[in-house]
Amino acid sequence: MQTPPRFFRLGPSPLAKLFFFVLLSIFIMIADHRSELLSEVRRVIGTIIYPLQQLAHTPFQLRNRLERYVSDFRLIKEIDFLRREYLTSQYKFFQLKALTAENKQLRALLGAAQQTEIEVVLAEILHTPRDPFNRKITLNKGNTSGVKEGQVVIDDLGVIGQVTQVYPWTSEVTLITDKDHSVPVQIARNALRTVISGAGRNNQLELRFLSINADVRNGDLLITSGIGGVYPAGLPVGRITHIEYDRSREFARIICAPVAGVDRHRQVLILIASPLTTFEEKTKHPDAHATQPNQQTQSHVP
Amino acid sequence: MPLSPTNKPKVTCHDYLGQELPLPAKSSLVYLSLIAAILLNLLPFENMAAILRPDFVALALLYWSIHQPQQTGMSIAFVMGLIMDVIDASIMGQHALAYCLLTFFALILHRRLRMFNAFRQIPAVLWMLFLAQIVVFLTGTLAGTYFPEWYVLLSSVTGALFWPLISIILGKFLKQRTDPDEI
Repeated sequence: MQTPPRFFRLGPSPLAKLFFFVLLSIFIMIADHRSELLSEVRRVIGTIIYPLQQLAHTPFQLRNRLERYVSDFRLIKEIDFLRREYLTSQYKFFQLKALTAENKQLRALLGAAQQTEIEVVLAEILHTPRDPFNRKITLNKGNTSGVKEGQVVIDDLGVIGQVTQVYPWTSEVTLITDKDHSVPVQIARNALRTVISGAGRNNQLELRFLSINADVRNGDLLITSGIGGVYPAGLPVGRITHIEYDRSREFARIICAPVAGVDRHRQVLILIASPLTTFEEKTKHPDAHATQPNQQTQSHVP
Repeated sequence: MPLSPTNKPKVTCHDYLGQELPLPAKSSLVYLSLIAAILLNLLPFENMAAILRPDFVALALLYWSIHQPQQTGMSIAFVMGLIMDVIDASIMGQHALAYCLLTFFALILHRRLRMFNAFRQIPAVLWMLFLAQIVVFLTGTLAGTYFPEWYVLLSSVTGALFWPLISIILGKFLKQRTDPDEI
């Protein structure tokens, strides 16, 4: 039998191809969702597209630079403002220095563990996903700058999120507003400890397991409690904006707004060498916090 | 009165004869256009611009599978999908699945779609882009993320509106160099 000439040979029919690729992609989706098998593939692709990312970012960088040259007048004002701010914060800084020294001494007297110094890396937001409801951003610092999975990302106002995937020159941050992301926090007013999670919509956070009689008020500031070792203590996370008591439910519905703004800034800080980096395994399973109460109740039952 | 389905036939013989016979595209052109599409998808837009930005990779894939089905295939669509998954930080395979479906429908319909000019192709392109987007969201929902607000689908609408522009730009590279009468 003669084979048809090349022009008419189109390979397997589109339907067969579609069937094959649909099966393949479903398999890949399951593999990616359930296991860590494909994170290496992801890393390779992430490395390949890095130059493109950088290229796409340059016009915006150039525009920013141009704006900086053009807006001289605003710059003068800004310098003035910053100088004043610097002076006032300088005073606070001296105070803080004295306090740190004193704290160190007291800790030495008590024999308590030393708190490690936290290093920071300044990073720029390279890309926010096309889907605005995908609570992840890409930063322009990666493995080569010492960024590791599980490290905390903040801006000048508070916590933004946590590094969840590292590429050689870029890294991916899951925001605290992600549905599967939890942060151990305490209320600044009365040190009531709890866990805050992303509501998964509308840039909101949720306090899920606070009983109805808990002492919470509108406007309470939530700061990280430092429990769990991933987040250093004392970073502002959110502010309570709405409390709803529903008698039919065990827990109050408490909605918070994040303090930090991802849309407002392009620069963020990555906290390198947070106090206990050995805990980063825990962060790979964001629902670890959710399973903890279950374990407790199970242990109470017998 | 002669029997005819419509008084004014939509497709005349002129449409067949006047059809351009573009030269087969070089595969380098296909790859270059896809890389440019990725670049456009990577531009760091904010807020409204980010929502309205069409998926240029999907548009480029559609264009090539309608106009040059020999040059592209589902394997290229699949690889592009994986790359878009990394860019969008979604689950690996979400965009791959969507793009494969997109290419499938484009391959099936390409003979019919080539009868129309770019503006008349808009509705067909629109539903195909909608399909791709909905597939991405549905697979995301199955994997545990929630269904986003409806206005995210607006990016398909802008994508369909961008279609004539993209067909004209990519068509420029495929400009036929010979007169059909001479062949």
